[in-house]
Amino acid sequence: MPTFAGGVHPPDKKELSESKQITPLKAPDRVVVLLRQHIGAPAKAAVSIGDEVKIGTVVGRPEGFVSAPVHSSVSGKVIAIGEFPTAMGRPAEAVVIENDGKEEWAELKEDPAFMDLPPEQIKEKIKAAGIVGMGGATFPTAVKLSPPKEKTVDVVIVNGAECEPYLTADHRLMVERPSDVINGLRLIMRSLGVKKGFVGIEDNKPDAIAGMRKAASAFQDVEVVSMQVKYPQGAEKMLIKAITGREVPPRALPMDVGVVVQNVGTTVAVYEAVRFGKPLIERVVTVTGEGIREPKNLMARIGSLVSGLIDECGGFSAQVAKVVAGGPMMGFALSSLDVPVTKGTSGILVLPEEGIFHADEFKPCIRCSRCVDVCPMGLTPGLLSVLAEKGRYEEAKEHNLFDCFECGSCAFVCPSKRPIVQLVRLAKSMVKP
Amino acid sequence: MAAISEKAKGQQRLIVSVSPHIRSEVTVSKIMWTVSASLLPALVMGVYFFGPKALGIVALCVVSSVVFEHLIGKAIGKPGTISDGSAFLTGLLLGMNLPASLWSINPFMLHVPILGSLFAIVITKLLFGGLGYNIFNPALMGRAFLLVSWPRAMTTWLAPTATFVGLDAKTTATPLGILKEEGVGKLMEIFGTKGNLYLHLLIGDRAGSIGEVSVLALLIGGLFLLYKKYITWHIPISFLATVGVVVWIFGGKDPATGHLVLFTGDPVMHLLSGGLMLGAFFMATDYVTGPQLRSAQVIFGIGCGLITCLIRLLGGFPEGVMFAILLMNCFAPLIDRAVKSKPFGFREVKA
Repeated sequence: MPTFAGGVHPPDKKELSESKQITPLKAPDRVVVLLRQHIGAPAKAAVSIGDEVKIGTVVGRPEGFVSAPVHSSVSGKVIAIGEFPTAMGRPAEAVVIENDGKEEWAELKEDPAFMDLPPEQIKEKIKAAGIVGMGGATFPTAVKLSPPKEKTVDVVIVNGAECEPYLTADHRLMVERPSDVINGLRLIMRSLGVKKGFVGIEDNKPDAIAGMRKAASAFQDVEVVSMQVKYPQGAEKMLIKAITGREVPPRALPMDVGVVVQNVGTTVAVYEAVRFGKPLIERVVTVTGEGIREPKNLMARIGSLVSGLIDECGGFSAQVAKVVAGGPMMGFALSSLDVPVTKGTSGILVLPEEGIFHADEFKPCIRCSRCVDVCPMGLTPGLLSVLAEKGRYEEAKEHNLFDCFECGSCAFVCPSKRPIVQLVRLAKSMVKP
Repeated sequence: MAAISEKAKGQQRLIVSVSPHIRSEVTVSKIMWTVSASLLPALVMGVYFFGPKALGIVALCVVSSVVFEHLIGKAIGKPGTISDGSAFLTGLLLGMNLPASLWSINPFMLHVPILGSLFAIVITKLLFGGLGYNIFNPALMGRAFLLVSWPRAMTTWLAPTATFVGLDAKTTATPLGILKEEGVGKLMEIFGTKGNLYLHLLIGDRAGSIGEVSVLALLIGGLFLLYKKYITWHIPISFLATVGVVVWIFGGKDPATGHLVLFTGDPVMHLLSGGLMLGAFFMATDYVTGPQLRSAQVIFGIGCGLITCLIRLLGGFPEGVMFAILLMNCFAPLIDRAVKSKPFGFREVKA
């Protein structure tokens, strides 16, 4: 079964939420729409306090090429524009909108011939809808679909690995809306002029594989690939290796080996944007973990507060130690529950005190090689952590520090429980790439 | 709606730390205690053949190692390391690397294992910075220190008796010692057939260090560690294979003239003798003092094998596993640096 070298097998804990149908979260009384929900330049506020907006009204305009617009996810009135706490820790600019409860859409027009649109128009619609990579990286999708002329892309892969433990948002989308995923994939292929599309799914989601295969059976150019269950199978480079056998060189992009990868949620958003002109104003968020009373897969408006999602799931069931935005391997631990859901929020993970490891109780590296064995990038993470600890950042750089994408496999297996990812980030911040 | 989250917020503060937020269950102490447990079969066989004296020696090493780790660790500001099990394991390995004859009141020899523990724990490990920072395998350094300080006592071997009543066990030479001093003819005289010799070596019914004699028991422990993935094949197999091949090529002599005859050596006898199995599976595989990269570990194992053969076939000592591993310990970081890992997708730039 296709996979990559290295990787780890953390308990997947998908059973908490994998069978829960996606249910809508009631639009909150107030949404906090961050102007920067993507990699690149933040959007610039396009509304003023007191303005009336509808669902889908642009509240932030993109600044520059690598940027994306943001839209209102409710209808109502702009009541504040300013700094707001975020999941990443740093406050950031946001537009706060009070919901009038009317649920009025700005503009929503179905294009029955959406499959026949020319590539440029597809890209325009994707760009206007503010779609970004919804797996967590939040790179603007329209930019990804506009490779420079000298790069030839011949394969599109939909990333259905969802290799992070606990998360089931993509899984549910593939089970409940397989044909939307396939349509989205074929639109992306069309926009790039690509003749071959894959959907890569980890073997622990047989219902998704079966459903997607059925939806794809009508199309010769789309193939659903079942992959080995292993973290980080969903990392772009590992996914590309597993499905095409191609290796993306260090510092290079997938398009350098002719591949574009899109997340499942992104692919569905592309379909909705191109067919209905629907901007990205909501997404599936898995609310899960041993510390939540009733795990769910929620369709939540962008800008809903995490506290609202937790309430919708019955609140905490245990003494809670950590609330994580994203998965347990790469997610961000929240300091406050009053932070908004963004386009990149794939899950809210609630972890109780028991089973939590406290980061300050680590020991010296015993050079056991476990991190070397699991590193998908072929690095020596233990050595990097020791060099960072001693302030030898330049030396860390010589050991390919910047090839690390912080998947956390090393820190997961480390018997000394060293905070390897933290030390790697420290080193990265101290030297130029 | 707000009530629950207000309550939740008031109840506790959330922990914020860098990902990953889940960790595997393996810990340093779990590794150390598991390795210690995997040495048990070999220890039991050693005690079976050499009697309560053997158990006394091992217990003395374990207790003194743990006590030194505690006291000196406290004194130099590295307290609380006993529970990680590494001092216990060092004491256990040191004890298993000593002859049972050291358990002797007249002449008094009990200070020897204690001083060995002191050298292993304090000088080799703690003074270099403690677990993770030592360059040499502590137990082997302890043994090397004792071998040069008390060469007679350290090479006085009890004959295996497998009785617990014999008060004055006879002393005898190890099979490797006999091979070195008196040749293969003498070995055949004692054991009759090669098959019988191999059988004795396999079971452990021969003179030697307490924990090294039973190859069968060591293999059980070693395979268990391989199965648990606490060690990998890279070091033990390259080590053993090198010894086997080199001995086969260069280990044979013409019985009449004593001249080297190529490709007539006895690899089986060499593989089953001395401290090779104990060294290859439990000492050369020490994480801290070996290389980290798997390819470097193969080079490390081959180096251990070559030096072992050099000493066994040409050196003054009958056995060379200990010096081989200690010498290769010096090179471990250099080998790592020489092979250097290749990152994913890396391609050599063609000139």
